[in-house]
Amino acid sequence: MNQRNEKLTIVLLLLLALLCLAIPAVAQEPVTDDEVNEVARDLYCPTCENRSVDVCPTDVCADWREDIRQQLAAGRSESEIHAYFAERYGNSVLAAPPREGINWLAWIVPIVVVVVGALLFGRYLKGLRAEEATEDDDTIDVAQSTAPVPPPAADEDDYISRVEKEVREGE
Amino acid sequence: MSKPVTVAKVEEGSANGEQGSRWRWSTVLVWAGALAVLALLGWGLGNTDTPRPQAGAPAPAFEMEFFDGYEWQSAESASLEEMEGQVVVLNFWASWCVECRIEADLLESAWREYRDDGVIFLGVAYLDVEQKSLDYLEEFNVTYPNAPDLGSVVANRYQITGVPETFFIGKDGQIADVVIGPVDSTRLHTQISRLLTE
Amino acid sequence: MLADLGFAALLIAFFASIYAAVVAFWGSRRSDERLVESARNALVVIFPLMLLASAALITLLLQSDFSVAYVYEVSSTEMPTYLKVTALWGGQAGGLLFWNLILAAFTAAAMLRKWHDERELMPYALIVASFTQIFFLGLVTFYENPFARADFVALEGQGLNPLLRHPGMIIHPPMLYLGFTGFTVPYTFAMAALIAGKLDIGWIRTTRRWTLVAWLFLSLGLILGGRWAYDVLGWGGYWAWDPVENASLMPWLAGTAFLHSVMIQEKRNMFKVWTIVLVILTYLLVIYGTFIVRSGVISSVHAFAQSEVGQPFFIFLALMTLFSVYWVLRRRDELGSQNHLQSLTSREAAFLLNNFVFMGILFATFWGTNYPILSELVVGERVTVGPPFYNQVNGPLFLVLLLLMGVAPLTMWYRTSLQRLGRAILGPAAAALAFVVALFALGIDNWAALVGMWVVAFSFVLTLLEFWKGTRARVKRGEGPWQAFSRLMARSRRRYGGYWIHLGVLIMAFGIIGSYFFQQETQIRLNRGESVTLGAYEMAFNGIRQYAGADDLLIREANLALYRDGEFLRELGPRTELYTRTGQPMTIPGVRSSIADDFYVIMVNWETVTNDAATFRLYVNPLINWVWLGGLIFIFGTLIAAWPEAAEAKATTATRTRRRTVVQPV
Repeated sequence: MNQRNEKLTIVLLLLLALLCLAIPAVAQEPVTDDEVNEVARDLYCPTCENRSVDVCPTDVCADWREDIRQQLAAGRSESEIHAYFAERYGNSVLAAPPREGINWLAWIVPIVVVVVGALLFGRYLKGLRAEEATEDDDTIDVAQSTAPVPPPAADEDDYISRVEKEVREGE
Repeated sequence: MSKPVTVAKVEEGSANGEQGSRWRWSTVLVWAGALAVLALLGWGLGNTDTPRPQAGAPAPAFEMEFFDGYEWQSAESASLEEMEGQVVVLNFWASWCVECRIEADLLESAWREYRDDGVIFLGVAYLDVEQKSLDYLEEFNVTYPNAPDLGSVVANRYQITGVPETFFIGKDGQIADVVIGPVDSTRLHTQISRLLTE
Repeated sequence: MLADLGFAALLIAFFASIYAAVVAFWGSRRSDERLVESARNALVVIFPLMLLASAALITLLLQSDFSVAYVYEVSSTEMPTYLKVTALWGGQAGGLLFWNLILAAFTAAAMLRKWHDERELMPYALIVASFTQIFFLGLVTFYENPFARADFVALEGQGLNPLLRHPGMIIHPPMLYLGFTGFTVPYTFAMAALIAGKLDIGWIRTTRRWTLVAWLFLSLGLILGGRWAYDVLGWGGYWAWDPVENASLMPWLAGTAFLHSVMIQEKRNMFKVWTIVLVILTYLLVIYGTFIVRSGVISSVHAFAQSEVGQPFFIFLALMTLFSVYWVLRRRDELGSQNHLQSLTSREAAFLLNNFVFMGILFATFWGTNYPILSELVVGERVTVGPPFYNQVNGPLFLVLLLLMGVAPLTMWYRTSLQRLGRAILGPAAAALAFVVALFALGIDNWAALVGMWVVAFSFVLTLLEFWKGTRARVKRGEGPWQAFSRLMARSRRRYGGYWIHLGVLIMAFGIIGSYFFQQETQIRLNRGESVTLGAYEMAFNGIRQYAGADDLLIREANLALYRDGEFLRELGPRTELYTRTGQPMTIPGVRSSIADDFYVIMVNWETVTNDAATFRLYVNPLINWVWLGGLIFIFGTLIAAWPEAAEAKATTATRTRRRTVVQPV
């Protein structure tokens, strides 16, 4: 049913566009290739995968670009045109999942995982430090080279001294 | 295979019971994660490998809303279900498709020939711009019901390899034949007459 | 005849790999050295067998023996000789044979080493190595046999896909294969260490260089792939977040995380589980990536045509995953949690944070790559996950990584005082701010780009300072500046190789930010004599000529004159090439490169082209050459880090004893 309304709107808009063209005084600039490509860039060619419609050589894409041109001439916005293509040919023609319904998942999950992960990771790091504070030196095992070297004095310029030591040892 | 372990095991502290349960939790999580990913990939693989609907398989169901000016039994939309008991010739086409033009006249004349014998021709415009479809239909003077394939749903269900592609569906709702590429006259007539007599 | 010989070699190799697995297992149970030796010989002999099989296939290709189906599919008589040879990896079956060749070479080299301390790892290493070998040999022997006969003998072959004739595409697959298969060696040793329960630093020492070399090739493969896309695909870009590209990026991400985390384990002997997990993850992602590319599960523009290999690949991936997970979980407690952090501003914390961010990017990429399957499973509709998704999700994460890249080298093991860190950061931060303000004054007002540029400049200055500080310390001790600098590089190759890599990455990031945010483009139809302006450039169209090229090529080349600020720069000849026999078109851009930007123009072949009129697509890609320049520096840095040192063995024992003496007083 939605489709029906959509069609009606298009027809009306096309009529309107024709009307506009008929009146030279308000005649619009013709839609440029660049404007078409701008919209086509975020649509994917359905017959040759992973190519966006603005650089796709097939006949389907040529038709689609023409369709975009007409819709732009009829005054539709980029997102309206994208929505129209998604409804008509399926969501797979969009370069990325639409941010609606179940497809929010695609966008949300990585962000949630990274944010929750960061929180857990932060807690984990703090935990590691806390353990260190309580256990202190009990766990030092001299046999293994794991034993912590006495921490350097905080303000000593450790780096340079290391290089200097290296130079000394090297010679 | 249990060999002595050379790394000295650092005592976790048996008092630390909480630690133990956390370990077990993570074990479950790791296994669940690994299995979930494998299951998803396995499902995806199975899905890619599913054979396309072939002759002998039941025809996948679909509904379609016809182009303006087209109808079937005075309705503007129809489903395959409603056509049970009749022979259906389902043809996928597109206005940008060159080979479709070869069969267009043949399909239309066959429709006119068989329409009163209980044969339904259905055209499905695949990945086509509406105005171009309408121009094409007008150019070839097509009168049998035609519809755009909204969301490419029907094409996906039938897993078409391209256009044109034609499915002959018998009265029992089974696919009787699939033609990839333009259909030729003899095949069209033999299939239809065979399906009508079944 | 020759084909039979090749196939026989494959078959023998396949059985040799099975023999190796069985006998090595047996040998480990009975602790019988001779059995283990025998297994090793069986595994080593696969390499000459693969050489033989590859030589047979190359000969068949050179002879244009179209009775072999593979030769018919990928070559033709008029192809130049070098293309006939490289057609070895131009198709699925030959590519798998080539893969086996490299895998066998790596395995043989790894197994022939002297085992010294790691003797007890050997049987397990042999078993794990032969798993991989059995699978790939089985694949090429029974599923994708490159020596299979054609159903009919054609007089002429189909020829190599023109997209694959670009030099970048000729060396790109071997680089990727080298990178991919290279990671099986560290995996093999990590698993052997897990199974043997010998979890000290030994396996890492053994495989460190392997990992770096594999990583080098994988990086090269990625960079060359980008260059190929830029030169051949004709859409003005170099990276499209295509599933196939992601398939090679993901192992790289895990491998890079490993190269960082391994340093914590070496210095502090911490996070051993994690380091092993990263090696395993890298290997599994290699198998996963190959699986999705070759099975068509997530189809993509250069996915190989649907083939039978999907199922065996999936089964292998599943088995190796279960096998690896089982052993990691089983040994987890023994690997111990000797993980302590003294401070959150220590070097080890910085490395952990680095690993976290890498895992974040890896997860997002993995999620995006697999989401189409998930969406089909859940809602029954396939969706596309393309650049808008990855740019928005991964972009900020990469930026955090670049920031860490600058700050982390300032931190020290155990702890770093915040004041010191703050003092060290202040100058570079101000310098980067000045740089960004200058950019802003020049009229750049995209805040995201400015933030990105600030981070890049900040980390760049900090990395340069690392070189400066090290050199200065040596100069103070009386060395000449150049001597100080080169000795610094030679002394600690891994450290300074790493910094070179960082510089390369930062320069690449500079180019990526520039070309991503400030690309200009336009498309226009021109008649002869007309011209068009884009940015500071003006391009005049002087007509088109048509001529026949080598092979069956029909070439249409436009004659364009490029001006900048009214001054003539040079002529450009973008062209379309049509392979008349297969009907495949190619679009070759005309490019004028400079350090500031590329002027990149293609003749749009989907609009009608006459001798007097054609449609052109013009791009100005700012800073894009910095991407390739950064890539070169990146590779240079990796070479420094991986270059074998004659005195290395001595050096490692020296550090070992030195560390001990430090430990003693405690």
